[in-house]
Amino acid sequence: MSILLLAEHNNKNIMSSTLNSITAAKEINDDLHVLVVGYKNDSVAKDLSSIPLVKKVLQLDSSEYENQLAESVSPVIINIADQYSHILAPATTFGKNIMPRVAAILDISQVSDIVKIESGDTFIRPIYAGNALATIKSMDVKKIITIRPTSFDPAPTSGGNAAIEKITQLKNQTKSEFIRREESKSERPELSSARVVISGGRGLQSSENFSMINDLADKLNAAVGASRAAVDAGYVSNDYQVGQTGKVVVPDLYIAVGISGAIQHLAGMKESKVIVAINKDEEAPIFNIADYGLKADLFEALPKLSAELDKLNTIQK
Amino acid sequence: MKILVTVKRVVDYNVQIRIKPDGTGVETENIKMSMNPPDENAVEEALRIKESGKAEEVIAVSIGEEKAKETIRTALAMGADRGIYVKADSNIEPLAVSKILKAIVEKEKPELIIMGKQAIDDDCNQTGQMLSSILDWSQGAFISEIKFKDNHIEVTREVDEGLEMLKLKLPAVVTCDLRLNEPRYASLPNIMKAKKKPIDQMTVDELGVDVAPRIKQLKVIEPPKREKGIMVKDVAELVQKLKHEAKVI
Repeated sequence: MSILLLAEHNNKNIMSSTLNSITAAKEINDDLHVLVVGYKNDSVAKDLSSIPLVKKVLQLDSSEYENQLAESVSPVIINIADQYSHILAPATTFGKNIMPRVAAILDISQVSDIVKIESGDTFIRPIYAGNALATIKSMDVKKIITIRPTSFDPAPTSGGNAAIEKITQLKNQTKSEFIRREESKSERPELSSARVVISGGRGLQSSENFSMINDLADKLNAAVGASRAAVDAGYVSNDYQVGQTGKVVVPDLYIAVGISGAIQHLAGMKESKVIVAINKDEEAPIFNIADYGLKADLFEALPKLSAELDKLNTIQK
Repeated sequence: MKILVTVKRVVDYNVQIRIKPDGTGVETENIKMSMNPPDENAVEEALRIKESGKAEEVIAVSIGEEKAKETIRTALAMGADRGIYVKADSNIEPLAVSKILKAIVEKEKPELIIMGKQAIDDDCNQTGQMLSSILDWSQGAFISEIKFKDNHIEVTREVDEGLEMLKLKLPAVVTCDLRLNEPRYASLPNIMKAKKKPIDQMTVDELGVDVAPRIKQLKVIEPPKREKGIMVKDVAELVQKLKHEAKVI
C-alpha cells in the first residue's frame, strides 16, 4: 500500500518541513504520494514532482482551500485515506492543526511528533519536553503520524519527475472563516532551519535591549529566537519562541543570551550541535548543557562580542 | 451560555522527571503534581468570559485516577462553578479522551469548550482538534486571543509564521496557547468555598466509551546526556573557540 504525506506550503513555495518529512516518509515506504491542498498552487505541485523520493503528487487547487483551514483540509485527506497505510504530516502548527481531526474521524490514535522510525508501526517520540524518549507501537491498522522536521534531513529537491494528479472535493463546508494572517516579515534565515540561532531571554530586560540580539544575528547570519519568559514579557512576538510549546531548533550553533535554561526552553534547543550560554548567574541551568559558557553581564558581553565579530569579518574579507 | 473547560493532572512543570529504572515509564508516585499549565489558561479565560457577563456557568472536567479530583478542586478554587470527574486509568489516549468529552458535551450542551493546547506530560497536542472534529464544531487551535461578537467569536491563533485570525461560529472548541492570559491564583476564601462546590462523578463505562489503548508503550529511556562543556574567561576566548575549535563561525 502507498503512503501519503500532507505537504506544508504557502501556495507558492514548499516549506522546509515538507522536505524533512519526505525523508522520514521514505524510511517507512518508497511508494510515497504527496498531497498539496491550496489555491493557485501549481508551482508547489511542480516543485514537489521534481523531488526524486516522491512517486506521485495529488493536487487540489480551489479558492476555497486558499487558507488551508483545518476544517477544510481534513475532509480531503479522509476522502482518500482508504488508499494509504500511513498518513503523515510535519509536526508544525500546520500539521498539528489538521491531523488529529483526520485521526479522530477515522477512529485512529495519532502518533505525534516522531523523531525516529524503528519500523512501519514502531516509532520513537519525545515526551515530557524531551526529558524522556518513548518507543511506541501503534496497533491501529492505519497509522496517522506527525513528524518532527528537525530530526530528519531535508530531501533532495531535483532530478525527479513524478506525475501530478489533480483531485477534486465535494463542497467545502467549514464553520470557521478565515479573516487574515499576520506574518512576521524578516530578512533573516528561518528559525527552524537556520544554521546559527541566537536567542534572548528575560535577561535582556526590554524590547529595546532585545535589538542587541538582532544586531548580532545580522553579523552571524543567524535566526533570532527567544525564551518563553522573553515572549511573555512582550520583548518579542510568540513566533520567536523556542521550547516545548514553541519551536524546536537544531542549529550548528545556538547562542543563549540571558536565558536561565528552564526545562521547557531546553526542550526546544538541546539537540543543537554547539551551544553557547552567556549569563551572569553561574548557577543558571543553561550552563549544564552549554559547550561554551561565559559568566558575564550581557550588557557588557554583547558589545564586545559584536566588536570581535566585526574583527573576524574584516579579517575574512 | 455554558463553558466547559478541561483540566489534566500532570507532573509539575518545575519538576525534573525521573524515568523508572525498568523503563516502563516516568515516576509519578510522590512527585509534585499540578494542573497542566495551558489548562490554567483555559480556566482563566472561561472565568473572564463569565465575569464579563457572556456566560452563566463554567464547568471543569477531568479524567483519570482519583487524584484528578484535586485538579478539579483547583479549577473550582479559581472560580469554576462545578466539576465533572470521570474515573479512568491514568494513561488513556487523546482519542479516548475526546470520545469521553463528546459524551459529556451531549449531556451538558455547552456552547464553548476551552482546553489547553497540549499536555506537558505526553506532549501530544491532539485532544482539542479531535473533539472539534467528532462534534463537528468549529475549531480554533493554539489561540492567544478570543473576542466575542454577536453570534460568533473571533480568535487569534499562534502559528509558526506569525498570527492567524479566524471567525468561529458557535458552538466551538478552542485550545489555548500560554500567551492567552495570566492565570489567577486561588485566594484562601475561594479555596474554602471550592470545597463545597459539587463534583459529579462517573465512570468510562457509564458513558459507554471504549478506551482500550491503540498504542503500546514499549519502553521509555532517558535521552543521551549532553556533556557539560567549559567556561571561557571572556568574549575574545569565546570567539576564538567558536572559530578554531568548534569551527561554527
